[in-house]
Amino acid sequence: MAEKTIEDKTREIIVEQLGVNPEQVTPNARFIEDLGADSLDTVELVMAFEEEFGVEVPDEEAEKLLTVGDVVRYVEEKQTS
Amino acid sequence: MNISLEGKVAVVTGAGRGIGQSIALALAQAGAGIACVSLTEKNAKETAERITAAGRKAKAYAVDVADGGAVETTALQIVADFGKVDILVNNAGTNKDGLIMRMPDGDWDAVLNVNLKGAFFWTKALCRHLIKQRSGKIINISSVIGLIGNAGQANYAASKAGLIGFTKSIAREFASRNIHCNAIAPGFIETDMTGSLNDEQKAAILKQVPLARFGKPENVSDLAVFLASSRADYITGQVLTVDGGMVM
Repeated sequence: MAEKTIEDKTREIIVEQLGVNPEQVTPNARFIEDLGADSLDTVELVMAFEEEFGVEVPDEEAEKLLTVGDVVRYVEEKQTS
Repeated sequence: MNISLEGKVAVVTGAGRGIGQSIALALAQAGAGIACVSLTEKNAKETAERITAAGRKAKAYAVDVADGGAVETTALQIVADFGKVDILVNNAGTNKDGLIMRMPDGDWDAVLNVNLKGAFFWTKALCRHLIKQRSGKIINISSVIGLIGNAGQANYAASKAGLIGFTKSIAREFASRNIHCNAIAPGFIETDMTGSLNDEQKAAILKQVPLARFGKPENVSDLAVFLASSRADYITGQVLTVDGGMVM
């Protein structure tokens, strides 16, 4: 079985945290407007991403992560840099 | 009214003596497992042993609630030991009384760090767990002094009033996650803290208490058990006084 990509893992975390259907978690889906996240959810999501990917996300950068795609790109950049 | 905390786990800070010990024993009697937190290992153990002797689960943790790093480590240890936490009672408190004109800065900090910052550290350390769980009860032990002030207790009064604002903010911040937060404001309760008052001071206090007697720790712990239970599921962000009618 192929190793899970960052996108797969990100989607899994979002599905679990927000209780949404996997089909809803498209790259352009916005956490608050499209996936129904509230402010506590967004904080929890960032903490879950930090844990899963071993990255640290400062508050000012976390604020810019508005869509699923934002997170995937952010993590990919952080992990290669 | 039947109140059961069977299967619940409670963290009680300042559980070594006084009101905290009474709350730990009462929550245990209602069925909860108790993480007994105290600055003094001997006191924490004593309370834990009384609970285990009565056939309930308890464990002692010696930690300074004003030490954020130590609180975080202990909180993780408690979740590992008990498997979860449902109830947090921020009871640990101290006082260093004195008139402002002569109050050393250190006495201000020491009281605020334990009474107010300690509650922040514990709440922060456990809130993620409670949020994930989608349920929780946080009870902060304030004081009537936080409501009406007291000459010679500016630091203590500020810390206890601070706990009230903290309680209401927590109640709002975590309401959507089914976490309830209330404060109890005890009046003059017979504990080591009030035991140091002289007869003259006691007489002056009793004049302000319509019921004309000191309260017992059990008067406070009875309310804590109720607030920790599902019987209080529609109560959050409140300050309840247990003070013989002193503040009304």
